[in-house]
Parts: sequence; C-alpha cells; structure tokens
Amino acid sequence: MILAEGPSWNPIIDLQQMWSFPFMVNAFRAGTIVAVLAGAMGAFMVLRRQSFAGHTLSLIGFPGAAGAVLVGVAASYGYFAFCLIGALVIAALPRAGPGGYSEESAVTGTVQSFALACGFLFVALYKGFLNGINALLFGNFLGITTEQVALLGVVAAISLTVLGMIGRPLAFASIDPDVARARNVPVRALSVAFLMLLGAATAEASQITGTLLVFALLVMPAATAQALTARPVRALALTIAIGLLVTWLGLSVAYYTPFPVGFFITSFAFAGYVGAQAVRHAPSRWRAGGTPATPTPPGTAP
Amino acid sequence: MTWPPFLLHALLAGTAIAAAAGLVGYFVVLRAQVFTGDALSHVAFTGALAALAVGIDERFGLFAATIGVGVALGGRGRADDVVIGTVFAWILGLGVFFLTLYTTNNSAGNGNAGVNVLFGSIFGLNLSEAVTAAIIASVIVAATLVIARPLLFASIDNAVAAARGIPVRMLGYGFLALVGAAAAEASQAVGALLLLGLLATPAGTAQRLTTRPYSALLISAALAVAEMWAGLALSYTMPALPPSFAILAVATGGYALALLSTRRRAQSVTASVVVSELSSKINH
Repeated sequence: MILAEGPSWNPIIDLQQMWSFPFMVNAFRAGTIVAVLAGAMGAFMVLRRQSFAGHTLSLIGFPGAAGAVLVGVAASYGYFAFCLIGALVIAALPRAGPGGYSEESAVTGTVQSFALACGFLFVALYKGFLNGINALLFGNFLGITTEQVALLGVVAAISLTVLGMIGRPLAFASIDPDVARARNVPVRALSVAFLMLLGAATAEASQITGTLLVFALLVMPAATAQALTARPVRALALTIAIGLLVTWLGLSVAYYTPFPVGFFITSFAFAGYVGAQAVRHAPSRWRAGGTPATPTPPGTAP
Repeated sequence: MTWPPFLLHALLAGTAIAAAAGLVGYFVVLRAQVFTGDALSHVAFTGALAALAVGIDERFGLFAATIGVGVALGGRGRADDVVIGTVFAWILGLGVFFLTLYTTNNSAGNGNAGVNVLFGSIFGLNLSEAVTAAIIASVIVAATLVIARPLLFASIDNAVAAARGIPVRMLGYGFLALVGAAAAEASQAVGALLLLGLLATPAGTAQRLTTRPYSALLISAALAVAEMWAGLALSYTMPALPPSFAILAVATGGYALALLSTRRRAQSVTASVVVSELSSKINH
C-alpha cells in the first residue's frame, strides 16, 4: 500500500521497516488495543447470543460519526455518543419471550435501517465528504494519531476493568439466568452494564475497522474459540489471542498490498473459524491425545 | 405538468419493488428471519461489487449472490445466529476487496459505485432497468401470492402443516429464494444496507394494525407501496433528502405512529387467530 517493493521475508527487517513509520506503529498499537477489547466483549456477546444486538450497535456508530463530522466535531465523539445511546435503547427494549421475537426483530431491523439511512443523509448533506464515507464504513488505519491511541487506551482500560469486575456474575447470568436470578445475581443490571460496555467497545473498534467490519472482530474470534473449547476462561484467552493474531497479520499484509486491512482481517479470521470447525468435526482419534469428544459449547450449536 | 423521466422510472420500479418487498417481508417477520434479511443485505453488497469488478451486469451478481446465500442458509434449517454472523462478516470483507479491485482498476469509472450499491440510486434507473425491475418484482409478487396460504400455515405451525401433507421443506427453500430475489430487487431501490427496512418495517407496522394474516399481508404490501410513493415525492420536492432516506423515514414514521396508536397485543393472539382461520379454511 505504501511501498513499491515487497517484503524481504525476513520478519525482523520487515518489522523494523514497517515500524519506522509512526503511523504504522500507531496502527499496531491501536489494533492491539481494539483486538483485546473486542475479543473480550465478543466472547461474552457470543456466550449471551446477542449477535443481532452487537451487529446493530456496530452499525449505529455510522450515523454518529457522520453526524459528528457534519456538525464539525471529531468523529470519535459521534461514535461514542451514538453507540452508548443505542446500547441504552436496546437495553430498554424488553427481552423477547418465545412469541415476541418476531415483533422485537422487526423493531430492531427498523431501527437499524433507519439509523443507517440517517447516516447516509448526514453524508449527503455534508457535500464533498462522499470520499470519506468509505473510511467510515470500511476503516482507515493510516491516519491514527498518538492522541487517538491514548484515548483508545483509556477507554479500553476502563471497559476492561469494569468487565473484570462483573465478569464472573455476568458469565453466570449468561449461562443460566434463572438460577442466577434465584441466587440474587442482578441479572437485569448486568445485562444493561454489558450492553453499555459492548457499545463502548464497538465505538472504539469502529474507528479502526470501520462500522461495517467491527462486527467481524466481535464475533469471529469468539466463535472460533468457543468452537475449540467449552471452558469459559480458556475460551476468553483464546479469543483474545486469535483477535490479536488476525489483527497483526492483517495489518502486516495490508501494508505490503494494495488491498484494505478489513479484507485481510476478516479473511484470516474466517479461515481460522473454518479450521476450528474442521478440527471440531474431525473424528476424535485424529486429535492429539485422543481426548474424548468435547460437549457442544454454547453459541456454536447449530 | 410533465413529469421528468427519471421520476417515472423510479415510480414504475419503486411501486413493483415495494409491493414485492411488502409481501415477502411479512413472511420474513412472521417466520422470525429478520437476521437472515440482515445477512442478505451484506451479501447483496458483495454480489453487486463482485459483478462490477469482473465487468458483468451488477444485477446479475446481486441476484446470484442473494438467492444463492438465501437458499444455502435455508439448508441449515434455522441457522444459528453466530454462524450467520461469522459468514456474513467475512462476505462483507470480501465485498471490500471487490470494491478496492473495482475502484483501482477503473480509475476513470464511477468512484461512488460502492456508495450507490450500499445506499441505492433509484433516481438513476433508466427505462429498461426500471421495466426489468418491475417485471421481476411482479413475478415475485405472483409467486408469493401463489404459495401464501400453505406458507402461512407452515410459518405458524410447521409440525401440523407437515402432518397435513404440506411440503414444508420445499416451501422453506422456495421462500428463501423469494427473499433473496426480493432483497436483490430492494437493493436496487434503497441500497444493500437499507433493504432490511423495506422488508421489515411495513411488515412490522401491518402486524401492529391487524391480527388477521391475510389482511396483514395486504396491508404490508399496500403500506410499502404508499411509503415508497411518499418517500419518492418527498425526495423529489426536497432534493437535499436522498430518496433512500426519504423512503425509510416515511416507513419508520408509519411504524412509530402504529406503535403509538395501538395497544400492545400479545403475539399468541395472532397465532391462535391464524391457526383457527386456517384450519377452518382447510377443513372446508
């Protein structure tokens, strides 16, 4: 993307060369923060089966950013404002019972497309911004400033601290809400808190990956990890590791090719997911140690 | 007053597309397959850009991708939302790849192709495109009306429908092919990202207004057409508003009005009304 010559295929020289550019250093710093945060949130999102909510939250960032640019403030504020408000709105909607799902999904679909339409209106009103629309939707890792990295780091630290504090009861409430409620775990408050954290994480990640591809970092590493192991703590660690790996690989490959980083990150993550599914469905004697067949982890059962 | 040709083309295509989306959308909402519609919106984007990148008609890619993925998702029964999410996240990444391929290979071409695919350009249709869209939409309308009765039965109570000899599996595949075709049509009107609104919003409004399935089906189609006309008129009189936004704003306003003006009804009431109505009709 930046250099005419290709990689030397010596990892140390290539890394030194890539990191001699401050924007690549910032891209790696930001990518690392985003991968850790999105991985941690995504693990809980998949466990709680809130993919549709997570997807809607990630799309709501688009009108936020476009609106912020229209009124002349930094896009970061727009992302955070809209994603957090969106999280509150989704939390305020009653969780659907078995019969209410069709109506709730119609509402969510309506809200989602209307939010995107508003984003398009803001872009159309802000004439001349039309080229920036691709950056908002598909991400741009070249223009990240050191201040943005610092802001990302602060938000990620706060979000991860809160998630660390509520992680254990949240996992309990996600796996078995009825038993958790009976044990006086505040299930509803935890659900609202988690959606707010998810909103903050999507707002952050959107700025690197773009609104349309945030969802990939949330869902794909978590889905891969939970296909490989059923243990929550191990799955969480694996999710973050996969997220980091695909982000670093994606950034490095995108640096040497003319294609966008989002394509590489999603493709590496999808390849990992397909590989994990292949391992899971392979006969157990092919697996190392002949471990007994793992129980189907939540969130991956067909 | 003479109407400019682009407005007539938009009205011709828009009316047929809205009717098709309203009818198909009712079943999408009834069968709780809105997330599938969401996935198809991303698939439509990638299909259109892949076709543009290799230099064939954009609409060919649209229909091939949405119908293909729609039927593939139907093959899994009711696919898991994590699986759907993972697949469409990657398909979207692929779409970004085709977008880059297309814009770098066609520096003289339309640099806003990606934006047009995502958000639609109904005022940009020429006569032959509008006529083609209208004919395909009419076929979708006719096909949906033909299978409406057994599909309704299967959507409400799959097991009983199967026991009565209705081919529920075939019906499910056929329906998802129709959803794919309707999604491809709708993305020509409001764009790939917003087609979910055209499918889900009139249907959600209609479900609010009546519990009778056939009335809801017709109201959904009528609302979609009326909202399409109102949106086109609004956008034509106020050029600052893009047509896709105007159409979805009118539709969302309609839904909000329906929400405010009706009391909350239990979905189980709908289901029992449907079952009793259908059973009586089938028994006769």
